[in-house]
Amino acid sequence: MSQSTPTTSRRSVFSRPRAEKGFTSWITTTDHKRIGIMYFFTVLVFFTLGGAESGVIRAQLAQAEMDLVTAEIYNQVFTMHGLTMVFLVVMPFGAAFFNYLIPLQIGARDVAFPRLNAFSYWMYLFGGIFLYSSFLLGGAPNGAWTGYAPLALDGVSNMAFYAIGLQLLGVSSLSAAVNFIVTILNMRAPGLTFMRMPMFIWMSLVTNFLLLFAMPIIAVALFMLQFDTVFGAQFFNPATGGDPILWQHLFWLFGHPEVYIMILPAMGIVSEILPVFSRKPLFGYAAVAFAGAAIGFIGFGVWAHHMFTSAIGPVARSAFALSTMFIAVPTGIKIFNWVFTMWGGKLRFTTPMLFSIGFVSMFTIGGLSGVTHAVVPHNAQQHDTYYVVAHFHYVLFGGALFALIAGVYYWFPKVTGRLMSEKLGRVHFWTWLLGFNLTFGPMHMSGLLGQPRRTAVLPAELGGTVELYNLLSSLGVVVLAVSALVFLFNLIASIRAGAASGPDPWDARTIEWLSESPPKHYNFAEIPVVSHRDEFWHRKYAEDAAGQPVAVPAGGSEDHVTAEAAAHGEGDHDGHHIHMPDPSYWPLVMCLGFFPVAYGLLGPTPWLIGLGVVWVIIGFFGWIIEPVAEGDDDDPIVEDPAAPRSGVAAH
Amino acid sequence: MTAGVHETTLGLDHRKLGMWVFLGSEFLFFGAFVSAYILYLDTTAGGPGVEIFDIPFTSISSFVLLMSSLTMVLAHNAHTRRDMRRMRMWILATAGQGAVFLGGQIFEFTVFYKEGLNLTQSPFASGFFVLTGFHGLHVFVGILLLLSLYSLTLTGKVKPDQDLKTEMIGLYWHFVDIIWVIIFTVVYLIPDLLMEA
Amino acid sequence: MRDRTKPLPAPTLPGTRAPIRRRTRVGTILVLALGLFLASCSAPQSAMDPAGPYAQGPHDLIVPVFVIALVVFILVQGLIIFAVVKFRRRPDDDGSLPAQVHGNTRLEIFWTVIPALILAGIAVPTVQGIFSTMNEPDGEYLTVEVVGHRWWWEFYYPDFDIYTANELVIPVDTPVRLEMTAADPGRDPARGVIHSFWIPRLAGKQDVVPGQQTYLNIQASEADRYLGMCAEYCGLSHVNMRIRAESLEQGDFDAWVDNQMSPAVTPTDGLAAQGAELFGVEHNTDIGARSCAACHQVWNGDGARVPGVGPDLTHFASREEFAAGLFDVDDEEQLREWLRDPPAMKPMQPENGVGMPNLNLTEEEIDALVAYLLALE
Repeated sequence: MSQSTPTTSRRSVFSRPRAEKGFTSWITTTDHKRIGIMYFFTVLVFFTLGGAESGVIRAQLAQAEMDLVTAEIYNQVFTMHGLTMVFLVVMPFGAAFFNYLIPLQIGARDVAFPRLNAFSYWMYLFGGIFLYSSFLLGGAPNGAWTGYAPLALDGVSNMAFYAIGLQLLGVSSLSAAVNFIVTILNMRAPGLTFMRMPMFIWMSLVTNFLLLFAMPIIAVALFMLQFDTVFGAQFFNPATGGDPILWQHLFWLFGHPEVYIMILPAMGIVSEILPVFSRKPLFGYAAVAFAGAAIGFIGFGVWAHHMFTSAIGPVARSAFALSTMFIAVPTGIKIFNWVFTMWGGKLRFTTPMLFSIGFVSMFTIGGLSGVTHAVVPHNAQQHDTYYVVAHFHYVLFGGALFALIAGVYYWFPKVTGRLMSEKLGRVHFWTWLLGFNLTFGPMHMSGLLGQPRRTAVLPAELGGTVELYNLLSSLGVVVLAVSALVFLFNLIASIRAGAASGPDPWDARTIEWLSESPPKHYNFAEIPVVSHRDEFWHRKYAEDAAGQPVAVPAGGSEDHVTAEAAAHGEGDHDGHHIHMPDPSYWPLVMCLGFFPVAYGLLGPTPWLIGLGVVWVIIGFFGWIIEPVAEGDDDDPIVEDPAAPRSGVAAH
Repeated sequence: MTAGVHETTLGLDHRKLGMWVFLGSEFLFFGAFVSAYILYLDTTAGGPGVEIFDIPFTSISSFVLLMSSLTMVLAHNAHTRRDMRRMRMWILATAGQGAVFLGGQIFEFTVFYKEGLNLTQSPFASGFFVLTGFHGLHVFVGILLLLSLYSLTLTGKVKPDQDLKTEMIGLYWHFVDIIWVIIFTVVYLIPDLLMEA
Repeated sequence: MRDRTKPLPAPTLPGTRAPIRRRTRVGTILVLALGLFLASCSAPQSAMDPAGPYAQGPHDLIVPVFVIALVVFILVQGLIIFAVVKFRRRPDDDGSLPAQVHGNTRLEIFWTVIPALILAGIAVPTVQGIFSTMNEPDGEYLTVEVVGHRWWWEFYYPDFDIYTANELVIPVDTPVRLEMTAADPGRDPARGVIHSFWIPRLAGKQDVVPGQQTYLNIQASEADRYLGMCAEYCGLSHVNMRIRAESLEQGDFDAWVDNQMSPAVTPTDGLAAQGAELFGVEHNTDIGARSCAACHQVWNGDGARVPGVGPDLTHFASREEFAAGLFDVDDEEQLREWLRDPPAMKPMQPENGVGMPNLNLTEEEIDALVAYLLALE
């Protein structure tokens, strides 16, 4: 945003937008921080919708044989609940953190492709809107989030919205993955080697590689589903020899890495928060990093454990049982390392710390029930029951969501310069913990007592005990709803009038706290040079003669730059010389073209598809033709092929 | 696009690294389609199977596509030498060969269709059309990119010193060719081997 | 969260079979405690209350795993609670930093190797269990063909040429091998969807896939009625796709088979005869769209038995429930209600070709049909 350079060229459609405030500035932004914030608030909206859907589910199942909603509505609601929470809440919640934090934590000024980043956000938003528009256009998908063929092929399942909507969201995830991988690999501050990267960056890197390799597989599966439903292809049609199990293989070949896509960012967040509030470095940094990578790698070899009761033979069942047990090992390594991070520390129980400890505790429960699933003969009793529902909510809610909320409390001061209320935070945590366990704890029992999942009513024949457990679960949702309101209130009140946080409210360890809070558009006036893991901590503390860590007085260390100095640096450091990517309309324009394509594919309606494709292509050309920056007429990067690449060696 | 930090950690331009990363993803995309195709090799539902393929015909169009990789290299080479006239010529040649390949594919599809092999015929047919069709779509996108590059060099938007842009499109083009080598092998050359396995 | 280790109050039911063979004393006590806990929350369709070897085997496998999981749970949560209490920052903290420990290789190896060993220990019996539950039963067994339809179960006994629906009658203490597939309509896989056959007290579930054959072994150790449900989401009325298994002593089973093998007797006078006429039983399937026989087979001895699009009704009144375990055959009013408007009683999609449509029968027609159906002993 080179406001200091008055432009001389004439404005045209290809000129870059200039608004810095207001609506236009948000829809044209390419600033990773603003995009992260937009992700977060969009997630809140979808979380509310997904939460309301869970309210419908639990109301219907609060007692046996209730008919608050019809079976048709119930099936739509539980399908959309799953889709919303997976694709529109937990995944983009992770993306919100990637956006905001990755550049700050690696000492960069933005992501590698800022406009592509905006494009990812708009695709996410529009994918979500497209999916939800199904409620108004003949009914939402009702074939479950797993979309098993051949049920999904039946027109009454409304799964065309599913096939196309997830495809849009997949484009969003894939482009974001390319962006973040390049950002992490290629934009680290000088000295920030792999083994000095904050753990969140490690986990982000693994997650985005998982996205990169998992998204194309679901894309293929969705294309097949869509060709079957819309164009009459025969991939999953048993009548001509199509194999419905192929869908399951492809879906879970994506779906299991997807589980880690949702949990690894959470693990990264917890690995940042626990050390800060224990006042100790992360225990076993290398082990945690490699365990994360191992989980990502093995995660591609365990998919069929979602299919133990499907049409697969005993050899396949045995092989996947073994690989599934194997993957429990790195997960255990992480848990023990987190516990020992706290060991011997001086624990401060701030809200982010409470949620992080809650994460470790709840995730352990989910992990243990996960191991019991690997006992294949008994998996046949657990599969598709509420026991499994309990398991994955302990992993994704007790796990991912607890950690993501911890991250919100922890980085809120970074984003806003204010603190969230600790008092309300505590209320939120304890009600959240109570409500969560009340909702999902009893499901372990009701599942083992024979309650299958995805049932539009609770059958009375399952007995009074099962009914009691279901009532408890439903009450738990009420507690959770109250707790969510506390959080929302705390969030809004703190944004408006939270106490000023200062640049480093937690005595943090990583370099995102080196920048101002909230950070300037350009993040760092001067790119920090990194010489340690936990670089920021090492700028604040040194060891005395006895090996005891002591605080370094401000300015006492040569390379010590306080956030204040960075922000109000003299002369050059006012940021005006820093060349930042300009805003752009084109990501939004291009994404809008996907609406006609998507709705056109439903029918299919060729002219609508054609319109959309032309629109997207025009958007694409606008994108490549617009000047790289306002005032520039072209790309400032000039590669001289004659000269050897110099000065850019890997650090 | 990458203003601000001129030095990169790995010494690679972001866009080039990004293209490599993206192509890694594309490999899995085609990998999944190829797997499904192999699974359904003999699931022909009584319709035509692999015997319908005209290997000599497709070999010729495959050869044309492979040669286009050569002209792509020549185009990039010309661009690095700032020889925009030759560069444009080779770009057009590449796009032209791509178009020949696509034409061959369309002709082939028409012939198969007349012989009773169509998308809705059997899982085998669906697998074949969707796999080769998506590859064709990639070739088509490649041709669009080449023609865009061609016209942008004419308008001066792509400058003689920006051979990276040609290199990126070249990376994509070579990838599409390599994928075709795999598809051609699996679909046309060794289906019998795969069916026995 | 820690309260989860305490059992929730629940009615105690008799008939616990905690597996206590070949275990150490500590193990025995733990298993007993857990068994008691699990038995204390028994339920009619409980997966923790096995009633045959194919349910008992997996149960015996999982109980020790639950115990191990419980121990690990207590250990980890104990460590967390201990750390939280012991290492909390005290009010009189001097602000100094704790020792900056970065890790410990021995500990890392310890908590890599120990869990791996435990898991290896679980893996061996798991793999054995997979093969022993899936292999063909040793010795004599009964074969039943199962077809999952939206939303009911068809059973065919090839040995006796018997068709029934939703209620699987089996002899006690005899292994039964189910050969299963899914189809709609009739035996055509074209519009079949995946279901899953699950009677928890007899065996774990096995998916039923259109166009393919899957197998499941079950066996009941005592004469009883066992509840089950479709366990793979199969659309609108997934929850209304119940299964019943009735295990009979061998003599009773033979009597049941004899009855089922006999043709239905067509009543010759009274209301039931009118019902038979309406049903279309003597005309087989060519009486028109409103004929019941167009979809439901009542075999009266003419020609071969052929499965219909809907459940076989040859011995309808010999069953206890209808509409896939939803309603009692005894309850005449429910039967009437059903005939008045089936999709109102159980969500179905006749317009989509699955399920029974509303036939707009008159009250007189309904009376006649009910009389006929209840005569099909």
